[in-house]
Amino acid sequence: MSIQTILFFVFGITSAVSSVLMITRRNAVISALFLILNFAGLAGLYLLLNAQFIAVAQVIVYAGAIMVLFLFVIMLLRPENEKKFMEANPAVKTFAVIIAVLIFVQLVYLIFFSHPSSIPKADIAASVKAGTIEEIGRELFTNYILPFEAAGFLLLAATIGALVLAKKKFD
Amino acid sequence: MQIPIEYYLILSAFMFIVGVTGVLTKRNAIIVFMSVELMLNSANLTMITFASYLGSSVGQLFVFFVMTVAAAEAAIGLAIIIAIFRNKLTVNIDEINILKW
Repeated sequence: MSIQTILFFVFGITSAVSSVLMITRRNAVISALFLILNFAGLAGLYLLLNAQFIAVAQVIVYAGAIMVLFLFVIMLLRPENEKKFMEANPAVKTFAVIIAVLIFVQLVYLIFFSHPSSIPKADIAASVKAGTIEEIGRELFTNYILPFEAAGFLLLAATIGALVLAKKKFD
Repeated sequence: MQIPIEYYLILSAFMFIVGVTGVLTKRNAIIVFMSVELMLNSANLTMITFASYLGSSVGQLFVFFVMTVAAAEAAIGLAIIIAIFRNKLTVNIDEINILKW
């Protein structure tokens, strides 16, 4: 058993278990903390897949910025417990779980049916080179310059929109 | 690279399904948003997996753009939740049904 397999199972099981714990906890703050753990496990998987830049961006942008925003809003709003609804409507939960299991079985069938392992694999050197910040930056500023600028404009619009939506109406 | 690609794809499918279950069962709008982030991340894992196994950086570029859109979505969504909370004093999505016909 190689070190890569061991690391894959450590990070994969961390991600899977923390995602399940995230949707089963009733306290919203604990859910957010488990989601951060899930993102950290995903960053480890990205490193295992030779995507260094995306792994670092995952930790900084997701686990850092976005989840801090979520925790901030959760602690600001103090959402109430949601125990009462689930006790009143157990049918909704059963229905959701049945739908989810059906879709999961369908996806697993598709994954094994399509034999993605038969794709000719690139060698490791090409994979490592594709994940470096140099390669991603070159693609981003040559072939994908228009989507890059659009993404920047989207962030500007989102900043202004969030300010306008969240500020108090003072008239 | 000797880990079969199916392992990553099944992990990604599992996380997506957990996100779907969270969206369907949770009634707190913030946790529904967090489940949507989980689904976005499982799609990201699929794209990184294929980008790595094909030796191409285009999939990683798309993950970069997905992260940008997710950040914008989180900012706008949380601002909307704050605005709703200011009006109705709740974030329970069963009580925010004024658009439901």
